[in-house]
Amino acid sequence: MSQEHNPSNLRAEVDRLIAEGSSDAASRHLAELWRREPGSATASFVNSHIDQLRHKLPLAQFKIAFLRSFTVEPIVPLLRAEAFTNSIDLEVLVGDFNTYVQDIVDAGSSLYQFAPNAVVLAVRAEDVAPDLAREFAELSPEAARQAADRVTHGYEQWVTSFRQHSQAALIVHSLERPTHPSLGVLDSQSENGQSGLIRQINHELRRIAEGFRGVHVLDYDALVARHGSENWHDERKWLTARLPIAADHLLHMAREWVRFLVPLTGRTAKCLAVDLDNTLWGGVIGEEGMTGIKVGPEYPGAAFQAVQRALLDLSKKGILLAVCSKNNLDDAMEALDKHPGMLLRSQHFAALRINWTDKSQNLREIAQELNIGIDSLAFLDDNPFEREQVRAALPKVTVIDLPQNPLEYAATVRDCPVFERLTLSAEDQQRTAMYAEQRQRAGAEQSFQSKEDFFRFLEQEAELNPVSDLNLARIAQLTQKTNQFNLTTRRYTEAQIAEMAKQPGWNIFSIRVRDRFGDHGLVGVAIAHDQGDECEIDTFLLSCRVIGRTVETALLAHIAKSAAERGCKRLRGWFLPTRKNAPARDFYPEHGFELLAQSCEGSLWSLDLTQQEVAFPTWVKLVTPNGGHD
Amino acid sequence: MASDLFGVPAERITADSSPQTLEAWDSIQHLNLVLAVEEKFGVQLSPEEIEQMKSIGETVKLVESKLQATPR
Repeated sequence: MSQEHNPSNLRAEVDRLIAEGSSDAASRHLAELWRREPGSATASFVNSHIDQLRHKLPLAQFKIAFLRSFTVEPIVPLLRAEAFTNSIDLEVLVGDFNTYVQDIVDAGSSLYQFAPNAVVLAVRAEDVAPDLAREFAELSPEAARQAADRVTHGYEQWVTSFRQHSQAALIVHSLERPTHPSLGVLDSQSENGQSGLIRQINHELRRIAEGFRGVHVLDYDALVARHGSENWHDERKWLTARLPIAADHLLHMAREWVRFLVPLTGRTAKCLAVDLDNTLWGGVIGEEGMTGIKVGPEYPGAAFQAVQRALLDLSKKGILLAVCSKNNLDDAMEALDKHPGMLLRSQHFAALRINWTDKSQNLREIAQELNIGIDSLAFLDDNPFEREQVRAALPKVTVIDLPQNPLEYAATVRDCPVFERLTLSAEDQQRTAMYAEQRQRAGAEQSFQSKEDFFRFLEQEAELNPVSDLNLARIAQLTQKTNQFNLTTRRYTEAQIAEMAKQPGWNIFSIRVRDRFGDHGLVGVAIAHDQGDECEIDTFLLSCRVIGRTVETALLAHIAKSAAERGCKRLRGWFLPTRKNAPARDFYPEHGFELLAQSCEGSLWSLDLTQQEVAFPTWVKLVTPNGGHD
Repeated sequence: MASDLFGVPAERITADSSPQTLEAWDSIQHLNLVLAVEEKFGVQLSPEEIEQMKSIGETVKLVESKLQATPR
């Protein structure tokens, strides 16, 4: 797509794609054409083709009406084209010249019949306050003051009246201060000079707007100042066509209107995913290291601090930040968290994808992780190839065209309309912090505050069964295989187990464990035989699969309980050390057994059943063989 | 350009096309034509020159003379 540098090729492509029914591709080419050559000449082509495509694409339908004191018609095609590239399909009504008051106060006016979603009140100081704008030098201070009050009062009445008839959004242009004040530099010496009074009117406009829901001020004065008051005006066009704005600034006016349309239609970006190398810092961390990358208050790092400041400001509006970088995780995280020049740290980011995978895939994952649509993502990367790749793979992502010069990065980010917001909630301001906390919560669940919490989390169930035909084979197998958690490592064949089972005074137990992840099956064996009023544990073993989860305690508790029930007064058992069974070494002392004897083979431990018991763990549910619960 | 502005296929635009023959050529479209010409050819039209643009043919002549006058 970007190989076509010739705009007339793009035009032909658009026609061809529309003819063959590829609406999505056609609209992308149309947006590309507009991006390359925005202006009145291209606007006509773009507009006529929007009309062919608008019903075939999922655009936000929006009706906007202009109440105005100057010519705006030539700006409308530019506005429609700009809106289109932001996925907004605009239907525009332009009110009659200078009839804004009548349009507002008359409930049956064509304005209200149009049923707009938003109304722009675009009135210039020269038109609403000609005495202040032109004849200021002739006014006494008293008369000037009254003139200013008259204007403020007028706006208050019009906004109130509008709200009585419509709940649509109202965007009010502020008044422009004069390029050449009537009294020259004298004007700036007083709060009540020409500029001062217009500033006061604008201050009142903001106050009035705050008193209503959905009334917003478009700072026309600041817009003109940003582009230069001397360049903004076209006296010739004003005199011939009542168009006060110079031709090459018409697009800037259109774009300013779009800054309001984007949040009003919800075509905003909820998350900005950023590259690291040469985007958040100068240089490549993997090659130049911490000492080589440039980020800090001095040139050239200052440019990168500025773009980081821009990103921080976005996050304060509730826009999430994410990292999408091709880097070694350790290198990148070290720079992110330790470099002294960084304003942003890892905690400022709601998601991080630092790896060598393709960026489109990472962006898809980021959207999924943050539970936002892919069309709510914006992408910032200094590398034009990465940008093109993402544009091609994910056409719904807003890919920001970063200029080559890092000094221009911050302004480019701030200029993007997808980051504009008209309201700010407490939740917006806290959003990044909330995401950071949620990540910690998830991490804590992984590592657990205490082992008991982890055991409870497992939801283990234990089924204790005596040896039977059903489990004989498995029991014998476990005595043969188990090395680590095996206190005596006595190996038995099936026949031997079967023989043992027939002996009076010999008890063979098995334990079967289920937890939240599934059934582990038969994982433990204990063989005990009674000698008088003592019960000796001949074999006690556990599959390494379930070591360290108190399953062993459950088995021991069961043995102790059944021994006590049989009238035994003491429970004892040997620990015979091998090269592999160190995990079982402290099992008896941990459960309150006392050391009775020590020999070259091992140690003998004893528990007084009349004085002590082994508590069955509370977080393990004891299940009886037929599935019922104890 | 005229085709785009007036919504008429290029084949139908002739030197004689004017506000009388093209329905879409009203005062606003006239202004749009002026802006488009100024932008495309990098010229500035005075109020008198704008008056002279009574047809497509006259507009073309006007632009050509302006382009010859200013060295590019």
